[in-house]
Amino acid sequence: MSALSFIIAGMLAAAMPFLLAALGELVAERSGVLNLGIEGMMALGAVVAFIVVRQSGGHAMGFVAAGLASAALATVFAWLALAVRANQVAAGLAIGILGQGLSALFGKRYESLTVPGLPKLSIPGLSELPLLGGLFSQDAVVWLGLLATLAIWATLRFSKLGLVIRAVGENPHAARALGYNVIAIRYGAVAFGGLMAGFAGAYAATVYTPLWAEGMIAGRGWIALALVVFATWMTGRVVFGAVLFGAVSLSQLAAQAGGVALNSQLLASLPYIVTILVLGAISANKRLLKINGVASLGEPFGR
Amino acid sequence: MGIRMIRRTTASRRMAVLAPMGALALAIVLNFLLYIVMGNDPAAVFYALLLEPFVSWSSFSEVLLKMTPLLLIAQGLAIGFRAKVINIGAEGQFILGAIFASAIPVWFPQATGGWIWPLMLLLGGVGGALWAALPAFWRVRLNASEILVTLMMSLIAGQLLAYLLVGPWKDPMGFNFPQTVMFQWDAMVPTLIPGTRVNVALILALLWTALAYVYMQKSFQGYQLVVGGLAPHATAYAGFSEGRAVWLSLLIGGFAAGLAGAAEVAGPMGQLQRGIASGYGYAAIIVAYLGGLHPVGILFSSLFMAALYIGGDNAMVSAGLPVAAVRVFQGSLLCCYLAAIVLVRYRLVRDGQEVTA
Repeated sequence: MSALSFIIAGMLAAAMPFLLAALGELVAERSGVLNLGIEGMMALGAVVAFIVVRQSGGHAMGFVAAGLASAALATVFAWLALAVRANQVAAGLAIGILGQGLSALFGKRYESLTVPGLPKLSIPGLSELPLLGGLFSQDAVVWLGLLATLAIWATLRFSKLGLVIRAVGENPHAARALGYNVIAIRYGAVAFGGLMAGFAGAYAATVYTPLWAEGMIAGRGWIALALVVFATWMTGRVVFGAVLFGAVSLSQLAAQAGGVALNSQLLASLPYIVTILVLGAISANKRLLKINGVASLGEPFGR
Repeated sequence: MGIRMIRRTTASRRMAVLAPMGALALAIVLNFLLYIVMGNDPAAVFYALLLEPFVSWSSFSEVLLKMTPLLLIAQGLAIGFRAKVINIGAEGQFILGAIFASAIPVWFPQATGGWIWPLMLLLGGVGGALWAALPAFWRVRLNASEILVTLMMSLIAGQLLAYLLVGPWKDPMGFNFPQTVMFQWDAMVPTLIPGTRVNVALILALLWTALAYVYMQKSFQGYQLVVGGLAPHATAYAGFSEGRAVWLSLLIGGFAAGLAGAAEVAGPMGQLQRGIASGYGYAAIIVAYLGGLHPVGILFSSLFMAALYIGGDNAMVSAGLPVAAVRVFQGSLLCCYLAAIVLVRYRLVRDGQEVTA
């Protein structure tokens, strides 16, 4: 298998942790709340899913448990940020540290253990194509994740719920004047962000690399946070960015497969370096951020 | 019947003292419920975690040793946080400080002289500041969030450390362990209190605290930084640029973290090794917030967090408490604090109750 077809076959799976977490954060940020705790929520979801699958509860049960656990953690954040009106940055960091701590605590007895992954489901015909064939042979979660992406895009763009979420983020006072409960909608959006981060962590720990190691999320939550900025809060661009980062993070394995002798620490740093470069390039365009950005992002909403 | 939050006309001084104590009490209750669920003996954990660090001089001296890097880093970070420059990459700046300081003993293992350790500390500070300079540039020139860039720089710093330790800086006689040579005597920060590991860096951290107090509470520039954080437009009118605040905040924070990293390799570590990246940079964020971003408050919060580390080690040995429990305690303590501290600026009023400002 050539390095290129290896990357093409694997990039969707590698993208999944970024994609799921970034889509959840996108919804939360669209409602005007900045949750910096994604890394911790993913870490908690990862350990919960791993434990459930390891106790042979099955992947479906593992994902549900992970989603619920991370959504619960996100709700604690939402309570701090929305009900108590604490500093959103500090609250997000606190939740992140708490999630990572809980992950290490629960995962201690599972260090270096493995669980079975998921089988690939291929689309007949397409998956036999040369070079691109691998793209059409993915596990069930990737297919579901792509469907969920479509659903989130359509909801934000066409449904009344999506309109209300965006209105709450753009101008909470106007949304309130129209009779919408700003705080309740933001609670929901933040909890949804937690749910998706939980799924993202579950995918990372029980499907993508089904082996438990403390700190296995390794900054992917932070990259997901950056992806939302790269994508200038647009769903389609989140998908593009996530797949790009999936491909970048595969480069280490691809380089080995292709026999390229590159420093492994440099390759491991590549996603972080790319994040810094892209963040600089996108953020420098202030007009783009202003047009597409969320007007009330990070600001508390009082009565 | 609901409860409403009413903004106080002036911040409550009584609450400013009571709220952190209430938060601590709540965090203790929540975490001990967790320990009971996990099957640990709560009384044994309570003694080992919260009391034992203070009962003997030898363990208290270890608390002072742990407090040193936390105090240095948190004072630097708090200056930025008050100016709304959120540097969460102190871990990377700390690692770079350790690497820069290690360059002297690694490249000149035979060098002697009393100038070596002070130069190492200075180099460490410079290394940390350089690592923070890129996020500052990215924020000022490219408008990129310093939150994300400082964090990414930390992750890169971890890889750089790993590279040096398995590659060019690995001790050739070290049985292939990822670590450098042990540093020579003159590359070590002198011990302050005989019979303990407390070293001169503690004095530096206390001096740094005094400096931070004068800078933030008494100097005009410090005042501009704080006001700039609260009301950016007002300070922009007064001719104080946001860019300058970003540069100052990140360079000060980076220098302090780098100094702490240098003091760690030239102190308790005695060599550059993977263990240097032990999360002080992240813990210091909690220390800074728990101290109310105030130099005096941070003095107390760094002492408490250091005691929590030592207590955590004790509780692991004597009561079987997992090390990660300390991180859970730290995270939940900050959550409780953020919830409680709101009472300083707001009061709670029952619906229907008459409101008098």
